[in-house]
Amino acid sequence: MTTTPPPPQAFQKSEEGEIDGGKAPGLARPKERKLTRAEQRAIAVKGKISSPWASGIALAIALLWTVPTFGLLVTSFRPASDVRQTGWWTAFGNPNFTLENYSEVLFGGASFSNYIINSLVVTIPAVLIPISLALLAAYAFAWIDFRGRDVLFVAVFALQIVPIQITLIPLLTQYVDWGLAGSYWVVWLSHTIFALPLAVFLLHNFMKDIPPSLIEAARVDGAGHVKIFFQVLLPLLVPAIAAFAIFQFLWVWNDLLVALVFSGGTADVAPLTVRLGELAGNRGETWHLLSSGAFVTIIVPLVVFLALQRYFVRGLLAGSVKG
Amino acid sequence: MDFFSNIGAWLEYLTRGLRSWLTDASDPGHKLALMVVAVLMFVVVMGVILLAVDRIKRMPAWAVTAAFLAPTLLFLTFGLLYPGVRTMYASFFNRNGSEFVGLDNYVTAFTQTEFQIVLRNTALWVILVPLLSTLFGLVYAVLVDRTRFERFAKTLMFLPMSISLVGASVIWRFMYEYRALLPDAEGNPTNEQTGLLNQILVWFGGEPQQFLLNAPINNFFLIAVMVWIQSGFAMTILSAAIKAIPDDIVEAARLDGLTGVKMFRYITVPSIRPALVVVLTTIAMATLKVFDIVRTMTGGNFNTSVVANEFYTQSFRAGNAGLGAALATVLFILVIPLVVYNVRQMRLAEEIR
Repeated sequence: MTTTPPPPQAFQKSEEGEIDGGKAPGLARPKERKLTRAEQRAIAVKGKISSPWASGIALAIALLWTVPTFGLLVTSFRPASDVRQTGWWTAFGNPNFTLENYSEVLFGGASFSNYIINSLVVTIPAVLIPISLALLAAYAFAWIDFRGRDVLFVAVFALQIVPIQITLIPLLTQYVDWGLAGSYWVVWLSHTIFALPLAVFLLHNFMKDIPPSLIEAARVDGAGHVKIFFQVLLPLLVPAIAAFAIFQFLWVWNDLLVALVFSGGTADVAPLTVRLGELAGNRGETWHLLSSGAFVTIIVPLVVFLALQRYFVRGLLAGSVKG
Repeated sequence: MDFFSNIGAWLEYLTRGLRSWLTDASDPGHKLALMVVAVLMFVVVMGVILLAVDRIKRMPAWAVTAAFLAPTLLFLTFGLLYPGVRTMYASFFNRNGSEFVGLDNYVTAFTQTEFQIVLRNTALWVILVPLLSTLFGLVYAVLVDRTRFERFAKTLMFLPMSISLVGASVIWRFMYEYRALLPDAEGNPTNEQTGLLNQILVWFGGEPQQFLLNAPINNFFLIAVMVWIQSGFAMTILSAAIKAIPDDIVEAARLDGLTGVKMFRYITVPSIRPALVVVLTTIAMATLKVFDIVRTMTGGNFNTSVVANEFYTQSFRAGNAGLGAALATVLFILVIPLVVYNVRQMRLAEEIR
């Protein structure tokens, strides 16, 4: 997730419509015998906007969405002098590839290897801590009865619309007073704070979906809130937690604003995005470094994303649409 | 003996050592150790609280609730509520907060030419990004729906969502790269471009352009980057909505002879209207707050700044805290109608159901 997570409006645990549309109900009803998948597809496709035009448009869009990234990827493997003089598309007629750019961007003056560590150290606690806190709060909102619960929940929900920009300067002032500005602690703290409203809301909705009879049964057995939370709810919530964890991971790893303001931009704390931004800000032809640097920055979220796409899509759907 | 004062000195020495260990990590091992310590500290604190709630008999009910809820509420009050109010208050003061200036900052933000350009750009972003992303996402979702390559095709459009906005900006700056006409070794002008877009222009006999420098069209080239990223989000949500359209509706329409574009216009779009509203407003809200693209691609120069970027520039570069606070407040106020509209639409949709 590259932007502020969307403020969700309503919730429905959506199993269908995941990115792999394989389970989509076929338009064709089987008559005598069961149709094979291929036949079903063939029938389904017939009724669609299926013309050379449609395929052409789809292909054009797909190209528009991949060629820019692909071009930069090719560039990152080309020698610096080639990058300066010819376009990346010429590299196929005249192949000349190298890993030089990567070794320079990782271990040379740009020292991206150092910033990879920073990104990891920033991201892992900034994912674990808000999820834990939000799970507890979501449990209280879902399964503990107390006065003013609904009002409080709506208040937490409403905080999602506060743009983080509006909080930055007072927070920074406070951190400077504590003498903690520019340390990991305030970066973790800030990411935790900014994640909480969405996290509480999403996890609350997932928790509400668990049948009350399960909780009741545990209560009758004499389990307190802590036991119910750990032994009954937590195991059932693993997919929901995974969904939000991916959100939060992408959001923190890709964040620039919080990192710029609170890490002080130092090589000790600043994550990869800040370094890449600096490199991009230096005028001059350093495309061989910028391209490899960009891919060093992109690769981790990309792998996480591809591996856990299913959960991500589920979280996205849960967070923003009903129906 | 000054035994006690020695203890004091030792303690001070130790705390200072601990403090510097906790705040100044510079080598990788130290950083990772610090991370582990932080997570462990968090686990221990939460564990003690929960254990206390679980083990102590006759714990009053409010204390149990507080144990679950207090950390979150504390964080939110400290980190969102209080700073938000502080910033709104600060927006009525001058650049270093020493003098009350009433609405002057807002007057500046809405009347000076350079800020009017910022507002105009923001309006362009907030209108164009949601519309174009939704258009691309919807068209693509419909076109690849139930085709053999559906899964793969969707992943392609979806991938930019995992890329940071900084990374995406770098990718597109490279697409927009411009090279002036240079004489080669024999003195003939060569027109070989390294940016793909300019090369395409040259192939078709055009002149290469400085895409990011020429105002006001440079704004559209920045907006394209955000569209490129957000379309995947729109596509995912809308694709799920399309698949949720009941089969009998589609079949009835087909029996009535609807196909192709007509089916899209009269069945698909009306059926997914609630999802469309959600997608449009969600992207609009995300767009309002985005500053990474402008900052990475042009730094807000060449008349491309938007409110979120101008906030950063005024607050952290120009040192004008009052104006920065006013811009942040404007941002906040601009989000509110979007949210209200969004929530109302959801309510309506639920009533119909």
